[in-house]
Amino acid sequence: MSILVDETTKVIFQGFTGDKGTFHAREAIAYGTNLVGGVTPGKGGAKHLDLPVFNTVKEAVKATGATATQIFVPAPFAADAVMEAADAGIELAVVIAEGVPTQDMMRVKRYLLRYPPEYRMTVIGPNCAGVISVGKAMLGIMPGHIYTPGRIGIVARSGTLGYEAAAQMAKYGLGVSTSAGIGGDPINGSSFLDMLKLFEKDDETDAVMMIGEIGGPQEAQAAAFVRDHMSKPVVGFVAGLTAPPGRRMGHAGAIVSAFGDTAAEKSEIMRQAGMTVATNPAELGEVMASVMAQKV
Amino acid sequence: MDIHEHQAKDLLSGFGVPIPEGIVAYTADQAVQAAEEIGGGRWAVKAQIHSGARGKAGGIRLCSTLDEVQAAAHDLLGNVLVTNQTGPAGKVCHRVLVEKAVPIAREFYLGLVLDRGLERVTIIASDQGGMDIEQVAHTSPDSIVKEVIEPAVGIQAFQAREVAYGLGLTGKQVKGVVSAITGAYRAFRDLDATMVEINPLVVTKAGDVLALDTKMSFDDNALFRRPTVNELRDYTQEDPREVEAAEHGLSYIGLDGEIGCIVNGAGLAMATMDLIKHAGGEPANFLDIGGGASPERVANAFRLVMSDPQVKVILVNIFAGINHCDWVAQGIIQAIGEVNLEIPLVVRLAGTNVEEGRKILAESGLEITSTEELYEAAEAAVKALASGKRGASV
Repeated sequence: MSILVDETTKVIFQGFTGDKGTFHAREAIAYGTNLVGGVTPGKGGAKHLDLPVFNTVKEAVKATGATATQIFVPAPFAADAVMEAADAGIELAVVIAEGVPTQDMMRVKRYLLRYPPEYRMTVIGPNCAGVISVGKAMLGIMPGHIYTPGRIGIVARSGTLGYEAAAQMAKYGLGVSTSAGIGGDPINGSSFLDMLKLFEKDDETDAVMMIGEIGGPQEAQAAAFVRDHMSKPVVGFVAGLTAPPGRRMGHAGAIVSAFGDTAAEKSEIMRQAGMTVATNPAELGEVMASVMAQKV
Repeated sequence: MDIHEHQAKDLLSGFGVPIPEGIVAYTADQAVQAAEEIGGGRWAVKAQIHSGARGKAGGIRLCSTLDEVQAAAHDLLGNVLVTNQTGPAGKVCHRVLVEKAVPIAREFYLGLVLDRGLERVTIIASDQGGMDIEQVAHTSPDSIVKEVIEPAVGIQAFQAREVAYGLGLTGKQVKGVVSAITGAYRAFRDLDATMVEINPLVVTKAGDVLALDTKMSFDDNALFRRPTVNELRDYTQEDPREVEAAEHGLSYIGLDGEIGCIVNGAGLAMATMDLIKHAGGEPANFLDIGGGASPERVANAFRLVMSDPQVKVILVNIFAGINHCDWVAQGIIQAIGEVNLEIPLVVRLAGTNVEEGRKILAESGLEITSTEELYEAAEAAVKALASGKRGASV
């Protein structure tokens, strides 16, 4: 059934009536996302894009039965919006905003621990392109038309590298089940590992493309999971081979500051875990195609 | 964002971290006045630049007379200091910190960092002060004491005591170190720091605990709510191109190669650099134009990349989602219209409104090598560099 979202998922927008929220809500509806309403404090009771607007997420959930939210509020208010969604019983929150303070995310992650694991909301992002289950639902800012439906899962820190991977695979006749952008921040809602666990269980995904970058321990964690628990092949790539140490490469989290942070070290860790690793970003599709050809 | 040592000391002192007596000076005469005011017979004159490892580079001078203070300040002020952290260009010193020099009995390392795996602030301490902590972690990992702070409740006194006893301290020094640790944590939390480093934290021969050298870095994403930190920014310590880029909503880092890059998305920007290298070239820069880039922002990106005299070819790589290829194409044409582009330009567009974007470029009559695929773009850029020609006209 793909992961995280499908055509039945009832979705609301937080920051619904702003310019960005409106633009992407239209795109989401056009793609087929089951958008059921939105939240903008102070505008409760109004209609926007023919959908009801609520003052609080709790009201929206009560009236619509929404289980997912796409958060389009500006970065300084994102943490508050995520916690509001978690408290209202939402299951999935996708946070697009770039520029959320790191300590806000630290507090968000700590706040989520107050819910038992089976009720704990999944957060994707911030600073990400969002999630698309191809042909079913889109919660994000990606160009939906570049994805062809299929059986490869994509998980990437970078939004645009995720697009690149999808476009390259389409050239080899490989489509995508779900693509999740987990974002470029030092602390993010979901890690590579979280996404791999979901893809491993998903009966519509046969293999996973995992696109990392310099900085942080998440690629190594995910590689250990691939080695010990994944039955499906995982193709890896790590951006930033040419990045100088100690410099932050655009993404707040993309900085080489400790052992295991460089692209070369991460690639080697992935290889040792049994993953096939693409050596350059132009061969993502080709490498996945050869891995799929070997798979019987 | 980084700040100077004397600024970090002022901030930390406000949170109860004990610091040595010191005064900032912008001229050699001011430095002498500062030394007189501080009194005593020994002073440290410390170059204020955004870099560690200043001691080894000659940026910290111990002085026993006012004449020595004058000479040290004169020598440091206005000059460039090259440390193993500044890169070969070094950083210019516009101010010195004059501090009372005190006899030291013991030196420690104290650092507060974000542990990305645990998603918590972590305190790292060691009894090998003055050393590079990564070196210590490698050579004597047993000497490192660690405490992880629970963000919901903040640091607890027992955690600071455990660090102090773990460092082998006793008596009233424990109290001093506990104040330093809890103060440093509160500064980290309340000012949205990403790193606080006190290296060394010393116990003087008189038994006092002092933060002898301090370093703080801050979360750029939180500066909007930390105006007191934001005003400490010293642009003389930053690459002027990076400062200009940030003003235009661009993320730019200058490198050493000849192929200038204009890309959307940090990951794709890094990957484009990697691919240039793979194709046999060297990237001149990292540049992310960000999401929703207007033609003006694209034009600004062009100006910035072309301001680097090393750039011999420009490679534009856009995979538009939230961006629009037609806006990018308009920005390219706008920029070329203003500056006389005399070097080859390779453009790869994909994603939202790609057909419109390519059409705008094709109909512009400009000499642009347009490609569909990423590797074609990188290869075309490297090839253009090798031939040193712009299209067929030169």
